[in-house]
Amino acid sequence: MNTVTRAHLSETIYTQVGLSRNESAELLETVLARMSSALESGESIKISGFGTFSVRQKGRRIGRNPKTGVEVPILPRRVLVFRPSQVLKAHVNHTAIPTDGDDE
Amino acid sequence: MTKSELIAELSAANPHLLARDVETIVGTVFNEITAALSRGERVELRGFGAFTIKKRDARTGRNPRTGEAVPVDEKVVPFFKAGKGLRERVNRGGK
Repeated sequence: MNTVTRAHLSETIYTQVGLSRNESAELLETVLARMSSALESGESIKISGFGTFSVRQKGRRIGRNPKTGVEVPILPRRVLVFRPSQVLKAHVNHTAIPTDGDDE
Repeated sequence: MTKSELIAELSAANPHLLARDVETIVGTVFNEITAALSRGERVELRGFGAFTIKKRDARTGRNPRTGEAVPVDEKVVPFFKAGKGLRERVNRGGK
């Protein structure tokens, strides 16, 4: 399967906007860095037409090593979840794109 | 934070850029990820995470209100897995 990377994204930014390749790559990094720091502080990010990234608090629970069956405590933690928008779901399925505003 | 707030922050941090260009840059990122997933490709951004699609088999669902059985076709769903760096930052952020 083909994989799209930072290089592809910054190349597209470069062709779309009249910036240098270097600056295009830097701006892509800034976008990701800004998103990361918002999520780190527990803030959700809502991108209309794409989806929502949010941070969920998980409580302590007892897990089990599947190989040995030994019980191990899983400590409380915070995890990142992404909920795709209806628009993104429609795109990946090549179905009609919902037009009536933004879900979530 | 919303997409427009993200654009506003980037514009403020890069006063030499036109607001219109910043909008294009942010839009391009999400449009390109959408396009890649639509082609069945994955997007991997080291340290941030990876976007992939996952196939869901056809199944018989139920209308929760009426209990009526309804066929649900096979479909794909977008999926994001946070990268190691981001996952650790998010978890540490709570401490």
